[in-house]
Amino acid sequence: MPIHEKSLIRPENLLTHDNLTLDGVDVSGHWSTFIKSRAVTDYNEALQEEIAALPGGEYVHRCWQCGSCTNSCTVNAINPEFNPRYWIYLIRMGLEEELLRDKDIIWQCVSCNKCTYACPRDVNPEGVMKATSHWLELKGHTPPSPSTKFDDIFSEQVFATGKIEESRVMRQFFARTGQPLLQDWLVGLVRGLIFRLPVTFLVRLGLAGLFRPRTRGWRRAEAAIAEYVSERKAADRRALGLDGQGAE
Amino acid sequence: MAGKYRKVAYYPGCALEGTGHAYNRSTKAVGKALGLDLVELKNWNCCGAMEVKNVDPKLQTYLSARNLGIAEDMGFDTVMAPCNGCYHNLKKAEYDLSHDAASRDVVDRLSQKAGHKTYEAGQVSTIHALDWIKESVGEEGLKKRVKNSLKGLKIANYYGCMYTRPRHIFPEKDQGPGSESTAKPHFMDDLLAAAGAECVEYPLKTACCGGAHTLSDSDTSTKLVLNLLTTAEACGADVIATECPTCHTGLEMHQARAEKVFGRPTKVKILYFTQLLGMALGLSARKVGVQENLSDARDLLRARGLG
Repeated sequence: MPIHEKSLIRPENLLTHDNLTLDGVDVSGHWSTFIKSRAVTDYNEALQEEIAALPGGEYVHRCWQCGSCTNSCTVNAINPEFNPRYWIYLIRMGLEEELLRDKDIIWQCVSCNKCTYACPRDVNPEGVMKATSHWLELKGHTPPSPSTKFDDIFSEQVFATGKIEESRVMRQFFARTGQPLLQDWLVGLVRGLIFRLPVTFLVRLGLAGLFRPRTRGWRRAEAAIAEYVSERKAADRRALGLDGQGAE
Repeated sequence: MAGKYRKVAYYPGCALEGTGHAYNRSTKAVGKALGLDLVELKNWNCCGAMEVKNVDPKLQTYLSARNLGIAEDMGFDTVMAPCNGCYHNLKKAEYDLSHDAASRDVVDRLSQKAGHKTYEAGQVSTIHALDWIKESVGEEGLKKRVKNSLKGLKIANYYGCMYTRPRHIFPEKDQGPGSESTAKPHFMDDLLAAAGAECVEYPLKTACCGGAHTLSDSDTSTKLVLNLLTTAEACGADVIATECPTCHTGLEMHQARAEKVFGRPTKVKILYFTQLLGMALGLSARKVGVQENLSDARDLLRARGLG
């Protein structure tokens, strides 16, 4: 039986007896808190293999739980619930139900790669975080995260034209996530800038917004990338035992 | 070390044609003032930034391999990328192409279908704008050319994530004296100190600004940036010097957002290191695009006799 440390100290697993005597010793009250015993039977034995089949998750099996990733983690410093070491443990043990408790924050990894830098086993924890976020979405446990939406909008533009026009990415992102484009803090910022810039510069910016910058002769690359992306999506779905049709 | 990189291929990348325009402009102006030649890659494409790798990492390798191939075709063995994202991705592609057969296969297949030669590892090396100035002109060369010393200006040098992590893609770093350090980078400190600035001890020089989630998780980014800003102020800095358009814009945007949304105003100004170097070399603030920055540093610079 693995030591299942974290779940043992959750409020719902704790027992406090108002009146209890064990072997003649009075153990009543909160000073003597018991932890419910339980047997874990709902392992997903395929979990590690499924994560390892997605890009970034390949080396999850190397982890020996030193905790360097969590110790160096940027997001953990502002949210202690964000715990890469623990999630890697759950993935390796197949404890899917436990992993799902944190399903809504795993995508918040900022890809700073401090974990990858610190990891003595080359697990690539940053990649594992991405693979796990994708796993959650592919399995239908979470809707596409704001980060995934942003990645998709950005990548679609690169694949289509070879280049990025930032204001277009931003407009599309706000539109697809149902946020107003004119966020208060953004408006003040842009207004301040406009008064400082020469008219010619603003005209140039406006033109870039209208006529999208693109790489010349990109059409063949676009087709090759589109074909590769749909193959990869189908392969990912097959690896997770989904329909294999690459539905998106 | 000085004397290398007099003429290199230049990969500005998408951000330097948009929000990072001031970085593009000041990089070119500094190159010109130092007598260095930049030849822009012909018909380059986006490197994939932080996003394409999340769709598939090997697509990012392909996008960067195409750019490296252009540099090779133009007869260059070195390409300079001032943007941390571009620099990181070119380095990552070079590493993956020389270590991973599956990446090579994907790049070969996509290159053939797209109708261009497959780039092979080892032909072109990628450098950052910091390497470029440090190893072409160097601190001594820079000192001789300083017309308008940054004396008295206290600077916190901020390098961000992608310049040093993950370390295995930067084999030339951590090679002892003279080389860059991934744990405590110092090339920007060295250059700005040579230009007369007082570089403060800044413990967060490689901390993360949350750039990957600037829009998708704004509160996290604002918290991270606010920490960078308040720490720089606590270290006594007037200015945070940046060397990445994503970090730079993130710092500026979330400085405004921290004030508007969190009610936490900060005074520290944010400038590209090339803007600071340019002004030290005698260029005007306008010439290095200070007016294009969201964080308005003009009053501070005027008070210090710069620009």
